[in-house]
Amino acid sequence: MAEKENSAKGNDMNRRDLLKGLATVPVLGAFAYGTWRKRRQDHIRNHRLAKELNMSSGSIDYTPFQHDGQTIRLGIIGFGIRGTQLMKAAGFATPQSIQEWKNAAALDSRNKRYEDFLQQDDLNVQVTGICDLFDTHAERAMAAAANPGREGIGGSKGIAAKRYATYTEMLASDEIDAVIIAAPDHWHARITIDAARAGKHVYCEKGLTRTLEEVYALRDAVKESGIVFQLGHQGRQTESYIKAKEAVDKNLLGKINLVEVCTNRNSPNGAWVYDIHPDANEKSVDWTQFEEPCEMKHPWSPERFFRWRCWWDYGTGLSGDLLTHEYDAVNQILGMGIPESAVSSGGVYFYKEKEHYVNEIREVPDIWNTVLEYPHLDFTLMYSASLANNKDRGKMIMGHDGSMELGNSLQVYACRESTRYKEQIESGLIDPSLPIYTYIPGRKNVDSVATATEQYFASRGLLYTYRGGRRVDTTHLHIAEWIDAIREGKQPSCNIDQSFEEGISAGMATKAYRENRTVFWDKDNEQVI
Amino acid sequence: MMKNTNYSTWQLWSLVILRVAIGWHFLYEGITKLLNPDWSSLGYMMDSKGWFEGLFHSIAGNAALLNVMDFMNIWGLILIGAGLIIGLLTRVAAISGIVLLAFYYLSHPAIIGVTYAIPSEGSYLWVNKNLIELLTLWVIMLFPTWKTVGLDRYIFNKK
Repeated sequence: MAEKENSAKGNDMNRRDLLKGLATVPVLGAFAYGTWRKRRQDHIRNHRLAKELNMSSGSIDYTPFQHDGQTIRLGIIGFGIRGTQLMKAAGFATPQSIQEWKNAAALDSRNKRYEDFLQQDDLNVQVTGICDLFDTHAERAMAAAANPGREGIGGSKGIAAKRYATYTEMLASDEIDAVIIAAPDHWHARITIDAARAGKHVYCEKGLTRTLEEVYALRDAVKESGIVFQLGHQGRQTESYIKAKEAVDKNLLGKINLVEVCTNRNSPNGAWVYDIHPDANEKSVDWTQFEEPCEMKHPWSPERFFRWRCWWDYGTGLSGDLLTHEYDAVNQILGMGIPESAVSSGGVYFYKEKEHYVNEIREVPDIWNTVLEYPHLDFTLMYSASLANNKDRGKMIMGHDGSMELGNSLQVYACRESTRYKEQIESGLIDPSLPIYTYIPGRKNVDSVATATEQYFASRGLLYTYRGGRRVDTTHLHIAEWIDAIREGKQPSCNIDQSFEEGISAGMATKAYRENRTVFWDKDNEQVI
Repeated sequence: MMKNTNYSTWQLWSLVILRVAIGWHFLYEGITKLLNPDWSSLGYMMDSKGWFEGLFHSIAGNAALLNVMDFMNIWGLILIGAGLIIGLLTRVAAISGIVLLAFYYLSHPAIIGVTYAIPSEGSYLWVNKNLIELLTLWVIMLFPTWKTVGLDRYIFNKK
């Protein structure tokens, strides 16, 4: 064609010169060939590895809950920091909070708190009762309860909830179907047991109880009553933990021998040295009731009221507060249950100066280590925590054939000396320095070859947090699961059996620290000795 | 404008090879993104720092806009890459490439005091590979090799 043109126009370009115009076109052929080869190689590697590992592909689809049917009427016991978060997860926030999120979103389109809250599923629940010992908190809870429309300041109001002076009055009411307990730990057992006896379903914050004795009584009361009980380990809803369980079940790690979990925080808030509300005084706080379960009574102390986590009278410090989250995550994945023995050590090493406090220096350690032994399963679970350093260490599950690094994303590496992967390592199919399996939440496909870029972004939370413009609050999912279980008469994921294991294990860790000795679990008699 | 193509053979082919190499790089970046169902510019945008970080973050925060950006980025890379290789609408491809690279550079400038999620494979201060590729495309744009080697020859050389 070009030749015809050429001759017709009498152009001086000869045929050879003209073909120069097409000289680079074959590069496209080379490109196509190279791309095909590379993809084929990746595909073969992926396919062979996938076959070898036998992991399911695809991300986890949450089946939307069916919220129709009976409206569940909730009573909220405790509206402090956690109670506020739980109520938000159930769909209720004060007009003031919502207005703040709204304003923040107007100023910065990246601020998604308001949008995320609006998108959160309506659980078809109503908050009919509030119980909080501090007037200001109770009033805020009332304002949140009366705001089912999730509106800001000046919005329409819903039906007002009733405020109860004591939880016993709330439990006696027939306007309450279920209670969310976000009171301090020294109240958990009493309220749960009474709620169970009153036939009210319970969502209770962790740690399960303050003492070991309470764990048995709580379990028995829940079991006898048949209520739906969920313990507040929202990690049960974390996608990567669900994938981690599959990886362990499919034996990607080989025989597991060591598990390392940790907590790192580095702020007064993280160490439970919270602000003291200026409105708190002996009139606005029912201090006598707060102290009721305590053996030793203390004079009014706003410091103890707001920072109760720092004293043994009300909680168990890192053990019940944060070891329990880590323990429950591992228990969800490995199902190892109660350890045969526990030792703990640590101390108040950072927040030990008077300057951090008003009157009293904390009792519970800010540096804590616990070792739980599982000789019958041939592994050790180690927990270490610092409230004065916030390095993100993640969880590490180590087996003879591989290691799993677990956070919001998950990576499995083959062990260089692995027996199972020996041939694949020798043949070059597996490179021990690269993950053999990667799971990044929100990613459509799961395979071993996630690009380095994706992994970097995921590790910084850049993909997870904003994927599809929607963040999923695990606490919301955990409450939704509980509500769903109540409606359908099912068992939620962190039910009373799981909770019993958590309560005993954390109780052993606390006892080991406080008595400075190794404590043992007598399985047959269900006793800690 | 289309007249001065009296380069020596070495000059011509050196420039053509440079053009094709840059085209190859664009095309492969585009194709890998096209073939990866999980690819999105989201992480890259969220990682933006410097003068325009607010702009890139707000694009990332808007799902619809992000989809448009992803689409334009993928097909921009592919079409620019293919254009540079075969010399089709080469000047348009080179200018588009410069614009695209300017976006990359401005979203992740190698300025003092910023670090990015992806560790860099080299050491850069103000000048980084995006900027060098941009400047190289600038040169490509000014030396119309496509008048000799490229499909444009048949489109624009009709006298």
